[in-house]
Amino acid sequence: MVASIVLSGVAIGCIYALIAITYNVMFSASRVFSFTAGTLGMLGGVLGSLFIARMGMPVAVGFLLALAGGAVFGIVTEIVAVRPVLKSLDQHLYVLSTLALALMIQQFTAIEWSTEPQPFPRLLDIAHVEFDQQFWLPMLACAAVIVGLELLYRHSLIGHAFLAIAEDNYAARALGLPERRLRMMSYALAGAIGALAGFAGGEMLLAFFANAPMLTFYGFVPVALGGMGNNRGAVVAGLLLGLFQQTANFLVGGIFASVAVFTVFIIVLLARPEGIASPALRRRV
Amino acid sequence: MMDTQATPLRPSRANVRGSVSTLGAALPFLALLVVGVSLPLFAGGYWGVIATRACVYWVLVSGLNLVVGFAGQIAIGWVALLTLGAYTTSVLVAGNVMPALPPYLALAIAAVVGAIFGLVIGLPALRLRTFYFAITTLGFATIVTQVALAWQSVTGGGVGVAGPVFPEPFASQWGFYYFCFGLAAICTWMTANIAASRFGRALTAIRDAEVAAEACGISKPVLLGAVFLFSGAVAAVAGGLFASLQSYITPDAFTLDLSVLFFIAILIGGRSSIFGPLLGTILLTVLPEFAAPLVAWSTFLYAVLLLVIVLAIPGGIAEILDFKNRRPLESDRAIVPRPELIVRLLDAAPNGGALTLQQVALSFGGVRAIDGLDLEIRPGQVHGLIGPNGSGKTTTLNVISGYYAPQRGAVRLNGAAMHVLAHHRRAHMRIARTFQTPRIVGSASVLQNVMIGGTIDGEGTFVESLLSLPRHRRDEAMLRDTAMLALAAVGLEQLAPVRADRLQHSELRFTEIARALMLRPKFLLLDEPAAGLSVEEISRLSALLLAIARAGTGVLLVEHHPDLIFDICHHITVLNLGKTLAAGTPAEIRSHREVINAYLGG
Repeated sequence: MVASIVLSGVAIGCIYALIAITYNVMFSASRVFSFTAGTLGMLGGVLGSLFIARMGMPVAVGFLLALAGGAVFGIVTEIVAVRPVLKSLDQHLYVLSTLALALMIQQFTAIEWSTEPQPFPRLLDIAHVEFDQQFWLPMLACAAVIVGLELLYRHSLIGHAFLAIAEDNYAARALGLPERRLRMMSYALAGAIGALAGFAGGEMLLAFFANAPMLTFYGFVPVALGGMGNNRGAVVAGLLLGLFQQTANFLVGGIFASVAVFTVFIIVLLARPEGIASPALRRRV
Repeated sequence: MMDTQATPLRPSRANVRGSVSTLGAALPFLALLVVGVSLPLFAGGYWGVIATRACVYWVLVSGLNLVVGFAGQIAIGWVALLTLGAYTTSVLVAGNVMPALPPYLALAIAAVVGAIFGLVIGLPALRLRTFYFAITTLGFATIVTQVALAWQSVTGGGVGVAGPVFPEPFASQWGFYYFCFGLAAICTWMTANIAASRFGRALTAIRDAEVAAEACGISKPVLLGAVFLFSGAVAAVAGGLFASLQSYITPDAFTLDLSVLFFIAILIGGRSSIFGPLLGTILLTVLPEFAAPLVAWSTFLYAVLLLVIVLAIPGGIAEILDFKNRRPLESDRAIVPRPELIVRLLDAAPNGGALTLQQVALSFGGVRAIDGLDLEIRPGQVHGLIGPNGSGKTTTLNVISGYYAPQRGAVRLNGAAMHVLAHHRRAHMRIARTFQTPRIVGSASVLQNVMIGGTIDGEGTFVESLLSLPRHRRDEAMLRDTAMLALAAVGLEQLAPVRADRLQHSELRFTEIARALMLRPKFLLLDEPAAGLSVEEISRLSALLLAIARAGTGVLLVEHHPDLIFDICHHITVLNLGKTLAAGTPAEIRSHREVINAYLGG
């Protein structure tokens, strides 16, 4: 029993962590938290089910197309909902524009795809075992993304450019970095990561439009607790969240588990609004 | 430049103009009232249901409007309170858990429950940034629906519970319509009262110029707390009405789509407006009825609408309807202060003690911003604080206003140490300030901006303003008259009704001074008031500041303009690298060799 709680907790925690990383990648490029992060996760599941189960494509092709779909939606987010409001960042218009876009996609999916959860295909043709692919696929995806991002940020020129933009936008632009193109690339990357989260977790979460607001909320919890822009904090907090949720699920039942998660989230946030991992630093005047 | 000295000041004129424009502003509401009351004469039963729904929605949106439109808090999940109110009322009337209660009593209890939960949902807004708060309200909305689904013994779970039926004369369809319409009208009236009160202005100040709001003594927790209580109460009442209208409720009835509708109605309507969101609510309720095939797509369309509004017309309907502020302003207008009016404004400035800094030190990381600074600002004198960029002038000002706690040393007023970091208490000690970049509520009129400065001098409570009781009206008249006087004193009387974001930079600086004067300050801290002013404007500013000092106020002037400093200061402190380089009278400073080397240039 304990094993299965740990297994599902870590697996779902990895999905939350991936959505949190999606938030972070977009945030680093633009100082914008986007409501579309969870929508990307939902799209990963829906697109995977659409391409593989409904249209009968090979798994690899469906996988790549789902990631590409996420990347495209990431770029659309940047063009439609982020770029136009960046000038007035202090007015928080981005909260509304990204919310609008997220709602549009979510509603569109509900009407054109289904309002009911649809099955997600089994990706690998191997029998159910205790340590099943539905658990280790999200873990694998999460590990791959963390390693990939570390390599990208540390060992590639474009990764350095991403970091420069995140650290100081103006200085980076003054150095001649193509800020707009880098931002679009970041959003494409975030889109692919979000879609990967939904795709890898497809068997657990199913292809369901309402996963969007669910992931938007649960994916943000690790961001808030781990400190914004802090990917390692996000992974740790994501795993803790997954374990806590599954444990609460087992102890008090599904619905009150989400009440428990919400309560803990609020209490921790109120106690430390800047996240557990980040130092408090604020200058207002 | 007319002979301004001879123009008598007539605040009464402003009052007359004010009441005329109030009547003009009330006209659209009266038109809606007439249409609403006479609706049964020309509309069929089906439209009666739609109209009732619009009224119910507006009861909620009117309260939410104060949270979103005025205070600028992005509260997305307000449907949670509708759900709460609907279930509380229904369950109490149905008698699931205790003996059945009459519907009105149940509705009142729901209002109390709603107020409490409004506060609970709202309080995180005090600590959390925008997006965080938006997410928590969203999370709360999900949770409440889930609890409704799970708590079967009380809520009936997925099966649901019957909504309350209100007794005659409100049992019939049109009777219930009139009940809802009446409540909607009362909510409109109450929120319009708040909007036009010092509380409404303070909310917009928190939204657009939070630091300035604190400097004016506005307490964000108290104010937002009151607004969340009110907003939660009316939302829960709307829930009770909603349950009765639906006649049977299940958790499915309270989707996030509803929340989105409420939220978007406000943004379509426009911020800081009552009529705009009211129109928005009616539009969004009625629109799907005209395009039946689109009903399934309605939330999608709302979202599209939201995107369009945010990107194209952030001001919403209210801005489109704001014809008054599209008339061009006079282009060659001049600011002509009337320093002689200062005496009337700062009537009884007492000769209290000085404001002193003793050995104050503060560093940020490794940088010593100020390092053992002594300063004494005496009543009735202008004290100049000059020095190169980065010498600690603004930091000193921020220490005095309580934004930074000094690591060493003390700030004393009248000999008593001031509490550090209690910046909103500074206004109560009659210490006012301006900012290096003017912090103004752009969408409010110049007059309203100046009235914000006097917020703490109102005596009426939030409830009194809600109901427009005498004390509220007396406060408003007093604040309006004082603000007109302050505007006349700084020379901006003519611009009083103009939207502040249409002003020139120099006019904003004088607006800030007028706002600071509203406090009748004992000490006035000015952060580079002459920056960006023309030579002529600077000389008028000098005269104004001297008049303020003559009236007994101690003025601390942080400046770069040597002319201004040497002309009007009684005493000057020169800072360099956070330390006092020199202190003395203007004549002493002018001949101080180190000052000349370091700063003035020889």
